[in-house]
Amino acid sequence: MDKEHKHKRFKDTDMQIVIGWLLRIGVYVSIAVVIIGGIFFLYRHGRTVADYRSFKGIPGFVQNLGDIMHNVVLFRGQAIIQFGIILLLATPILRVIFSAIGFMLEKDYLYIFISLLVLLIIIASALSGSAG
Amino acid sequence: MSVIVFTLIVLVGSYFAGLLGSLTGLGGGVVIIPLLTLLLHVDIHYAIGAALISVIATSSGSAAAYVKEGITNIRIGMFLEIATTAGAFTGAILAIYVSVKFIAVLFGTILIFSAIMSLREKKEHITGAKSFLSRRLRLDSSYPVEGEMVEYGVTNIAGGFFMMLFAGIISGLLGIGSGALKVLAMDGIMRIPFKVSTTTSNFMIGVTAAASAVVYLQRGYVHPVIAMPVVVGVLFGAVSGSKILVHTKSSGWLRWVFAIVVTVLAVQVIYNGLTGKL
Repeated sequence: MDKEHKHKRFKDTDMQIVIGWLLRIGVYVSIAVVIIGGIFFLYRHGRTVADYRSFKGIPGFVQNLGDIMHNVVLFRGQAIIQFGIILLLATPILRVIFSAIGFMLEKDYLYIFISLLVLLIIIASALSGSAG
Repeated sequence: MSVIVFTLIVLVGSYFAGLLGSLTGLGGGVVIIPLLTLLLHVDIHYAIGAALISVIATSSGSAAAYVKEGITNIRIGMFLEIATTAGAFTGAILAIYVSVKFIAVLFGTILIFSAIMSLREKKEHITGAKSFLSRRLRLDSSYPVEGEMVEYGVTNIAGGFFMMLFAGIISGLLGIGSGALKVLAMDGIMRIPFKVSTTTSNFMIGVTAAASAVVYLQRGYVHPVIAMPVVVGVLFGAVSGSKILVHTKSSGWLRWVFAIVVTVLAVQVIYNGLTGKL
């Protein structure tokens, strides 16, 4: 029992290190991408008028992932920013996936189930958004 | 106003929002929404979208540090994320059906509540009581206090779970982390030590916000031009805040200043919401 307990602790610490590392890299990379996109955008459109008083949605060329990626390659600022935002959004979702893998290594079946359930709720939410 | 001036104002404002949010533990999201809507007359939906994204950045950034220190309880976090993500999903759907008036009043109320919560005295209470459910879910754990590992138990899990469901709905509806509600659920209801509660709440905020952000992103609430300075400003502000916190322990007067500022903002949001100016 004591031996097993020690073994589990070790794995939990491992998971903490991996998750901490993942979150940090995710935030750094996505913010860097957002800043790069911002520089491109401001350089080209900095002098245009900013008017966000009424809700008009977002420009057509950043509305779905396919269009975003297409326009990232063309160095369009808003597309690069939106890509950075998607990377940022993916960071906590990846964290849930990494936790699920961590619990698999620990053979903690209850928490594999819980992690996958959280992932499923996020996927359901994403799908409901695309439907509505 | 030109885009460059707009970006600079939002950047500076977001920096201070992130700084104050991190110093007081309230989070930057709650200040960003009044800044964008009241001062710059940005549509509230865009403001909510941008705030939600900034919440993911700050929560993930600071969670990275806390997780490594071993204070965060990953199991409690994962388990309660079932409730917060389900709530956030519900909140994002509800957001379509509620009026701006309702959102403004709810936002103002939560803002005032958060300000009061930030003034509360922070007591560390450790319960040795381990409930049947917390044993089954393996939530009981230990955390480092001045170099020594202290064991703690978790009670009233059903109550905490329902509170988290509510916190998730609020987060999805208003685009904030609702950290104050999460801490209340863990520290107040489940009797989890305060330090573990705040760090685990922080850990959960990113996933909670992501669950509703996936909806908002597709609905066009997350405008790249507004989100860019907000995310960058809030994150850098939060980083500065955490650096200051390491050097100075007492931020008592700052809490009071911030609580008063937040309350004034809250009243403004409610007033402008009710008179149809948002």
